[in-house]
Amino acid sequence: MTATDTDRPPFLPLTSLDTLWFQVAGTLCNLRCNHCFISCSPQNHTLGLMKFEQFKPHLDEAVQYGVKEFYFTGGEPFINPEIFEILEATLAVGPATVLTNATRFTEEKIARLAGMRDASEYSLELRVSIDGFSPETNDPIRGPGTFVQAMNGVRMLVAAGFLPIITSMRSWEIHQDDEFLREFKARLAEIGYTRPRMKLLPSLKIGQEAKRDHGYGKYEFVTEAMMVGYDETQLLCHNSRVVSDRGVHVCPILVDKPDAKLGVTLRDSLNGYRLRHQACITCYRFGALCSNAGSLEGNRLARSGSEANPALGTTPTQN
Amino acid sequence: MTERVAIFGGVYSNHLALAALLEDAPRRGAARIFCLGDLGAFGPHPDEVFPLLREAQIPVVQGNYDNSVGNNLADCQCGYTDAKDNYFARLSYDYTFANTAPENKTWMRDLPGEIRLNLNGVRVLLCHGSPRRMNEFLWETTTSLAFLERLCQDFEADIIVGTHTGLHWHRALPNGKHFINCGAIGRPANDGRTCVWYALLSIDEKASVTVEFIPLEYDHARLASEMRAENLPPEFVATIETGWWTTCLEVLPMKERARGVF
Repeated sequence: MTATDTDRPPFLPLTSLDTLWFQVAGTLCNLRCNHCFISCSPQNHTLGLMKFEQFKPHLDEAVQYGVKEFYFTGGEPFINPEIFEILEATLAVGPATVLTNATRFTEEKIARLAGMRDASEYSLELRVSIDGFSPETNDPIRGPGTFVQAMNGVRMLVAAGFLPIITSMRSWEIHQDDEFLREFKARLAEIGYTRPRMKLLPSLKIGQEAKRDHGYGKYEFVTEAMMVGYDETQLLCHNSRVVSDRGVHVCPILVDKPDAKLGVTLRDSLNGYRLRHQACITCYRFGALCSNAGSLEGNRLARSGSEANPALGTTPTQN
Repeated sequence: MTERVAIFGGVYSNHLALAALLEDAPRRGAARIFCLGDLGAFGPHPDEVFPLLREAQIPVVQGNYDNSVGNNLADCQCGYTDAKDNYFARLSYDYTFANTAPENKTWMRDLPGEIRLNLNGVRVLLCHGSPRRMNEFLWETTTSLAFLERLCQDFEADIIVGTHTGLHWHRALPNGKHFINCGAIGRPANDGRTCVWYALLSIDEKASVTVEFIPLEYDHARLASEMRAENLPPEFVATIETGWWTTCLEVLPMKERARGVF
């Protein structure tokens, strides 16, 4: 390889289609968070609400490919009027995780969710985004009143037997994580959530977040040279795709980027993707960004990658 | 005639449960016994399990712990991503690594990654996590049947048996194949009972498959006392004494987590 070659963005094949995301709410959301990496809002129609009849063929195709788990995001999935039918159909064939802001729940809706959870042999995970442990720390990011609304949603979920995963984007320094978690767990205990599951996310410096904080630096790209010795299984795009009302895209982060749309059906999307976007470097650094598992602290993956152990095995090639 | 084998995993240095299993499984008609790895972790005196396994000539699949200890790696490769999970995993790994004899490390390093059996014409694949990745977590409530069917097809097996998560479960798949997690004999199954679990797999001459999970009683009070004497974390001892998991919980899916109390 010449120096020029190794500076190229790397091409990552899809090794195994294990995880399928559905952008069920498109880019539509009842909130307008100022860190949203795809700038969702009540007016952002870049991607629309998925109808059940659009969703179902993709679910059926996913079963054919042996997909292991399903994730639902937006926007806010619960503004989709068919979300319950969509989740019921999913829970008949596999586990489902829904990413929500928890501001639209009612007792009736949560009872319905609990019913479908109990009727399925699979897990129904709710991942609730709250970005601070108080109105003072959350509301400037997510909007006035959203802390109280979301915590009320969490309280109802916990009362119904859910153990929601509270997800927060790190708008503080990484060394302050422990303090943040301690404060937040105390607030959650007050509403009855005594064994909280928490996930901290690094910020993605695109969309609204690039305006709130700052974008990526000029040289922040993933290159082919950086992939040498790196454990690529940490990147979502090696085993995942996302479906929207427009087609199949490489990942939820890049879902509104025209070049990240790979086709109309899952079959169209089985080739790999060149990691040409600057946001790819955040996944590269932190790994497991979108999955339910917590993200590792920065740069740890680069180290573990160089010590990657071949005995752990690799995933078989798709097809 | 029916072929019956016992399959266990996740020993976690629980030599007392291992000794109990080696008496219990033949009594239940198991002609052969197989171990799916993770010999160390969590429990006391890691060297004590090796003479038992060698004496009984138990074939062993290499688990991530065995791979780590055997190859002098820096951590257990358990696959945790949460800081609290990793804190306890670190305590457990450092103790096990420091107290495992060099000859046992070498023995673990050379264990196979999988074992294949043919029982009355049925192809059985024994692995640690999944056939494709030694430390892949396959949980009962987050693994679709379609995915398990794909694994059986990709790896040319009628029955896949793994461990790694430490919780036993079984699915008969729509295409006639099976996936079994044999559980762990190193610690209880987060069910408030002090017993541990292993699997009995029986296949008759018509290739009909029966899977039974066996609750195994052993002297858990003695294990707890040995753990205390070794200054292992009180959280680990509590799990042995109560049957509830106290550590490495963040990796659990919601339904598995909800079944426990922590």
